[in-house]
Amino acid sequence: MLRFIARRSLGLIPVLGVIATVTFFMTRMAPGGPFDSEKNTTPEIRKAIEAYYGLDKPLFEQYLNVMKGYLKGDLGPDYKYPNRSVRELILGAFPVSLELGCLALAIALAIGITAGLIAAIRQNSLLDYSAMSLSMIGICLPTFVMGPLLALVFAIHWHWFNVSGWDFARDRVLPAMTLGFYYAAYVARLTRGGMLEILSQDFIRTARAKGASTARILFKHALRGGIAPVVSFLGPAAAGIITGSFVVETIFDIPGLGRFFITSAFNRDYTLVMGTVLFYATLIVFFNLAVDIVQVWLNPKLKLE
Amino acid sequence: MPSKTLSKERAPLELEAADKGASLWSDAWHRLAKNKLAIAGLWIVGGLSLLCFLGPLTRYLPAAIRPAGLSHSYEEQNLDARVTPPDARHWLGTDQLGRDLLSRVLFGGRVSLMVGLCATAVSLTIGVLYGAIAGYLGGKLDAIMMRIVDILYSLPLALFVILLMVLVKRSILLIFVAIGAVEWLTMARIVRGQVMSLKKQEFIEAAIALGLRKRRIILRHLIPNVLGPVIVYATLTVPGVMLLEAFLSFLGLGVQPPMSSWGSLIKEGADWMEDAPWILISAGTVFSLALFSLNFLGDGLRDALDVRAAKD
Repeated sequence: MLRFIARRSLGLIPVLGVIATVTFFMTRMAPGGPFDSEKNTTPEIRKAIEAYYGLDKPLFEQYLNVMKGYLKGDLGPDYKYPNRSVRELILGAFPVSLELGCLALAIALAIGITAGLIAAIRQNSLLDYSAMSLSMIGICLPTFVMGPLLALVFAIHWHWFNVSGWDFARDRVLPAMTLGFYYAAYVARLTRGGMLEILSQDFIRTARAKGASTARILFKHALRGGIAPVVSFLGPAAAGIITGSFVVETIFDIPGLGRFFITSAFNRDYTLVMGTVLFYATLIVFFNLAVDIVQVWLNPKLKLE
Repeated sequence: MPSKTLSKERAPLELEAADKGASLWSDAWHRLAKNKLAIAGLWIVGGLSLLCFLGPLTRYLPAAIRPAGLSHSYEEQNLDARVTPPDARHWLGTDQLGRDLLSRVLFGGRVSLMVGLCATAVSLTIGVLYGAIAGYLGGKLDAIMMRIVDILYSLPLALFVILLMVLVKRSILLIFVAIGAVEWLTMARIVRGQVMSLKKQEFIEAAIALGLRKRRIILRHLIPNVLGPVIVYATLTVPGVMLLEAFLSFLGLGVQPPMSSWGSLIKEGADWMEDAPWILISAGTVFSLALFSLNFLGDGLRDALDVRAAKD
């Protein structure tokens, strides 16, 4: 397993290299620069600032310098926040997004797996149909519809929560639900499908014939296999939760990395944009690695290749 | 006919299909017609499209037979009637500039549906060609091409779409291309799987024996035979694409005012939800309804054409 992890981590390096290259040239080819919106700058001052950051050098030389910095683990200085490094900024904003993402994932798994299990046990009952219709509605209510709707009902109409902010524990409720519900709907459908497939297999009938209790059959025998589709969905779900956090952080005015990324792109804050993209890509790749390992643990028929 | 898309218990139909070209499709149509949810989805999508494309034309009707609610254009501002709730003059109310919401929702639907269709067409073209080439040529090229797809799969591509939309001058065309360029991966995988199983069949051997060029075999013989799964996944791609467009518009990166799309209207609704909740409610409802029916239609088509998720 260690060899598998080592190989996948090594494989990450060329991927990150390509991402850095693409992002670099994409940001530089685009019109406009990081200091366009600065007030009170004469052309001379702007030239001096650009020279300070090495932005006056030929493009290819800039590219080599940036890549050299990345090889040393240096994400460079930030253009918009003087004297702060990109690394500091990312590490400062990420914990907020991480908390939001983890809460959303927890909600998605808790609600989704429970609903899926119930629907699978009571297949074709009223309970099953209502759970699955609800989840279809959940899938068709994207975060940017769900978020404002939840805010409208629970914050503006009933005043249970604040409309925006991230200061108190209860400020976590609406954003995490907004982000979590969408994935809960998917997880419920996947759990139901996976469980139905497993429950129809012979070893379940054997267990039942031996007199195992329903709870034991479900949790000891079936869940491990039935949950497999959910686990393989976790990779795309994590990527989706990251993009979803852009929207949720914008709606609820949360100072996380997602909102940071959007504003930095608007500001043409090149180094922060690239740093954030690389950070997210690394995160996703390692998350997928973890998902692969869990999958093999759940299904011994699979092997780490 | 694509025998791989038919399951075993339908073998007699498959034989029939070989005799009469159209019967696979009419057979699929009969199965689809039995699926009430899918048919409801088809009606709703059709109805919404008609409303969106013809609705804004009603203001050219003669004033005598035209109700007051149908006489507005999507960009006409009426500063005396700002943020008015739904009434007889403005059936869905107005926004902060006094623009009639009904006509904005219909116009936005045009944009959203157009993006859905065009970006799907882009992703379809890339995905089908990529998958067919990788699947048919096989070997090292296939391994490299599919490795690239695997890598792209594992990346948060929405990041790049956002970057592209921020950095380049925004236009509708760019939205089509940017969204289409990231939504082709699943299509490529499915087509590759289908082509790999088709290429071992006799009719391809016959084509090779006749000395046809690879290009002709791929374009004329392979691609037409993977149409079933392609149609199913194209139908399922449309809501995905519309979702991405709405996501971009919500962040202010999609279509620009005074144009509207369902996504930008939802954004407007979210900004004004305290004073004008009807904007959010009507735009959100219509958008979700469209996604809902497209998803059901896609699921129904998948069952009717009996396509399973291609796993390889």
